[in-house]
Amino acid sequence: MIDEHHSVQTPEGADLALPLAGPLPRAGAWLLDLFIRGLLYLGLTIALAVLGLGGLGMALFFIAAFLLEWWYPVLFEALRQGQTPGKRALGIVVVHTDGTPAGFNACVLRNLLRVADFFPFAYLTGLIAMLCSSRFQRLGDLAADTLVVHVHPGSGPAEMQVPDGDARALPDWPLTLADQQSLIALAERAPRLTRARRQELAQQAFPEYEAEAAERHALALARGLLGEP
Amino acid sequence: MRQRRFEALHRPEWEELARQLDALEKRRRRSNSTTDAPADLPRRHRRLCHQQALARERGYSLSLIRELEQLMLRSHRQLYRQQPPLWSRLGGLVRRDFPRSVREQGRWNGVSALVFIGAAALVAVLVHSQPDMVHTVLDAKTMQQLEQNFSTERSPDRTSADDLRMFGFYIMNNIGVAFRSFASGLFLGIGSLFIMVFNGAFLGAAGAHLVNIQQAQPFFGFIIAHGAPELTAIVLAGGAGLRLGWALVAPGQRRRLDALREAAIKTLPVIYGVILLLLAAAFIEAFWSPRQLPLAWKLGVGAGLWVLVLSYLALGGRGADGERG
Repeated sequence: MIDEHHSVQTPEGADLALPLAGPLPRAGAWLLDLFIRGLLYLGLTIALAVLGLGGLGMALFFIAAFLLEWWYPVLFEALRQGQTPGKRALGIVVVHTDGTPAGFNACVLRNLLRVADFFPFAYLTGLIAMLCSSRFQRLGDLAADTLVVHVHPGSGPAEMQVPDGDARALPDWPLTLADQQSLIALAERAPRLTRARRQELAQQAFPEYEAEAAERHALALARGLLGEP
Repeated sequence: MRQRRFEALHRPEWEELARQLDALEKRRRRSNSTTDAPADLPRRHRRLCHQQALARERGYSLSLIRELEQLMLRSHRQLYRQQPPLWSRLGGLVRRDFPRSVREQGRWNGVSALVFIGAAALVAVLVHSQPDMVHTVLDAKTMQQLEQNFSTERSPDRTSADDLRMFGFYIMNNIGVAFRSFASGLFLGIGSLFIMVFNGAFLGAAGAHLVNIQQAQPFFGFIIAHGAPELTAIVLAGGAGLRLGWALVAPGQRRRLDALREAAIKTLPVIYGVILLLLAAAFIEAFWSPRQLPLAWKLGVGAGLWVLVLSYLALGGRGADGERG
């Protein structure tokens, strides 16, 4: 399986896997936040124009602009469990490198240093830093010791289903864990693969079988290994 | 144990935990999770860790392992949430941490101040001796605005609306400059130096030009009071940036990354303090500095503010109480 996981030891002695978020979802979240901030600007401008508060209105506008530019991500990340609205929509969240939620100081640091990441334009420095770092950290993340990871609050039972069938089989060779996981992974992904591809993959495991038979045998083995009733 | 049996046995627990986590994740920060979190969350989290390790060890399907890992990450985030009280630490910042941190990075503040003052002095001397040189630093529009602002026959048409508007503008602009001076220090300190030189040169050119056209008095009367917190804050932000950059240039007996992290965390109280100084400066600059008062008054108040700011930074937080927040 190709994925990016950063593993940390928790106090429970378990390996906590942090699925790292790459540049793409993060850019998406940033764009969404930019859009939201734009809407807020617009709403504020209209509200102040309608109210016509004069000097006070201008003062409020400048202060709001300052807050939106510098403090929008800080306050959301610090007060809403590491997520700006954009990050929430994309299912990503800021955490410390040990997987605990990012504190106030870390949020301030990583967001103030955005300026350096943005340099010279469009987060070029940040992108380069992310691609060089083994954990997709931009400069602000490196200094504040934070990561951006995927969380999917909705993920209930696995969405992957092994195709129904009656055949069960157990392996007639000394099974390794890698074998077992590959067979089960094949069965779980079967509904999303074309028939030809399924058979091609199954034949890699059982080259001595016909295509059709290889697929049937692989699925039967997977059901047996899972212990399907 | 086969995977399906394992799932059938434990799935109810996972679903219960997921429900608890949903509730905790929806909750705002304000409510205190240490008292609100279900009492059995730690136990459930430990069991989950155990089950995830078993699933991995027994080679259960990757989708199950991923699902358990996701759940584990979510409960880990709720369990290890820290919610330090922010407001009560503000007092500690003002009383101790800000002046102490400023003194701790005295070296870098010194360099930053030297560069700022050096640039200002150099440009001021050049512009004063050769008035035409002002055009190399200031463009025509800025100069015109400056001359207008400090013209002696200026009518007192400045209203309280202008004061308010400028108050907002100073907050946005000056704190933005301070943040940029800090952040651009990441580029080996060069960014901070550049901003210090740029701002120093601007100040020097503006001052010398106004002296050349006989408007020194309104200029210095205007600038001296808010200059105390404002120029100090900008220099401190530059110093903090230089410290970041220096951690990358000469990390000592550590990895560059570790040196950077330590420097970043240690400069934070300075940055928080700089924000407070600049808020004060914006207030003074908007509501006090433009007042038309006798020059002696303005210079007196300004000098008083300089003494106040510098002695606060030099003496604040000294004493027996050695704990640090």
